[in-house]
Amino acid sequence: MSFLSIRDLSVRLKGGPPLLRRVSLEVAAGEVRGLVGESGAGKSMIGKAVLGILPPSVAVTGGQILLDGTDLLALPPAERRRRIGALAALIPQDPLSALNPSHRIGPQITDRLVDILGWTRADAIARARALLDEVQIPDPGRVLRAYPHELSGGMRQRILIASAFAAAPKLIIADEPTTALDVTVQKQILRLIAGMQARHGTALLFVTHDLGVVSKVCQRLSVLYAGMVVEDTTVAAFFAAPRHPYSAALLAATPKYTDPSAGLNPVPDAVIAAIRAEVAAFDRAAKHG
Amino acid sequence: MLDGRSLVRRRAGLRLWLSCLWLGLLGTVALLAPWIAPRDPLAQDLFLGRMPPFWLPGAEPGFWLGTDSLGRDVLSRIIHGARVALLVALIAGSATCLIGATLGLLAGFLRGWVDMVISRLIDIWMAFPPVLFSILLIAVLGPGLGSIIIAIVVIDWTRFARVIRAEAMAQGAMDYVASARVAGRGRIGTMLRDILPNVLPTMVVLLTLEMGIAVIVEAILSFVNLSISTDDPTWGSMIAEGRASIHQAWWVLVFPLVTLFLTVLSFSQLGEGLKDRFDPVLR
Repeated sequence: MSFLSIRDLSVRLKGGPPLLRRVSLEVAAGEVRGLVGESGAGKSMIGKAVLGILPPSVAVTGGQILLDGTDLLALPPAERRRRIGALAALIPQDPLSALNPSHRIGPQITDRLVDILGWTRADAIARARALLDEVQIPDPGRVLRAYPHELSGGMRQRILIASAFAAAPKLIIADEPTTALDVTVQKQILRLIAGMQARHGTALLFVTHDLGVVSKVCQRLSVLYAGMVVEDTTVAAFFAAPRHPYSAALLAATPKYTDPSAGLNPVPDAVIAAIRAEVAAFDRAAKHG
Repeated sequence: MLDGRSLVRRRAGLRLWLSCLWLGLLGTVALLAPWIAPRDPLAQDLFLGRMPPFWLPGAEPGFWLGTDSLGRDVLSRIIHGARVALLVALIAGSATCLIGATLGLLAGFLRGWVDMVISRLIDIWMAFPPVLFSILLIAVLGPGLGSIIIAIVVIDWTRFARVIRAEAMAQGAMDYVASARVAGRGRIGTMLRDILPNVLPTMVVLLTLEMGIAVIVEAILSFVNLSISTDDPTWGSMIAEGRASIHQAWWVLVFPLVTLFLTVLSFSQLGEGLKDRFDPVLR
């Protein structure tokens, strides 16, 4: 039994087109699953659906999200909130907007532990200090008293990572955690997330469009196109021989750092046409079935 | 960590202090009006009509800013008028802010049908011409301080609601709101703890602007004789009376006008100055 198990999840824009088309994916306890796809494929939407933070314009139209065996979608909202808060956490994409500019760092990490999970303040502060130490932030005492704008982007992302691990969640969803950072910091942050994940044994759903990142961090991956899972496999198998033509094209399109002059290899039109036909066929079947 | 921004002494201080100085002076004078005002603001003396201010020839000692056509002391009337002006500014401004900002915050953060209802209400409300609306309201409610305050709140809450709604919407899209929700904070909790502090600087600016606007509205209503009873001196009624004798006694018009201008200007500058203080990034 996987820790997170999404079954046939369908999400659509209210009064608009489908965004997720019967998505199924599993994340076992302690496992790292990559979720890749181009912009607009619905990668982040899956994470948001799991965490219950879908925008109000979007509605879940079917499927199940089993978190530790319980279907989140079947729970009343308050109960769902509590369960998600206790078991899951988010490492957001943009460290610049993910910390509240009006509050100091300390309370942003500890308030949740105290207000929602009922820790004592002293315990929460000790926990925050230990985690800041673990993400290699010098002088945690001072950082806890700082406002977000006083810290650099890389530092803020490390704080967010620490904060995600604070309540000892069983599942963390990392929504493109390195996209907003510059390349020199990306590698550090990636290593940090991988290290933290391994030490804490947390399951990780790693949303990204960077296959290079997937190869470094993940064990399994799902490839998403237009809200459809087109491939669900192990990282080793994927990089050896992707099964779906779109996956193969995506892999070929990854820029090579070893040969920057090679130019870009966009996904060929024929592959796009074929996969669009697949999506259209799916929608027709959904309409009639 | 050590950030250059925190070392910069901001020059915004000057206008903050100047506006505080003027408003502080006005507040003190308004509070102590009965003891400070050199004359009874209502005492008429037809023999002393249209006396010029103290530096002009023919000035009457003791009437520093001259007298109006009924021989009432202009300075004393301005001082007593400050009471009405500031009372309206404080009460109407705060009430407008409270109602407008609450509705704006709810609409902007909760979205959905709450937003639909509040936004449509704002649209409809703003289609009424404000001056006619206020005159109509006063005509229905009857003149008086309470009516003026109600009229201002009823007309101007949309100003807050619109701006705060947009601001709350922008803040609501930030990742920190998502994080708070994931952590298990409820909708209202997120709104109050995470969104509210970030719209506060905007609210303060709007509030001070609104106080200035309230002073003007009160003056306008006094000008068209719809404010409080004509016995109490208000800046608006002084301006209205001064207009009649502008060619013989300009000071009756000009002094209350300048006071009004400085007050409204000070309120808006106070807002700008406070915003810089409030904003954690600029602080």
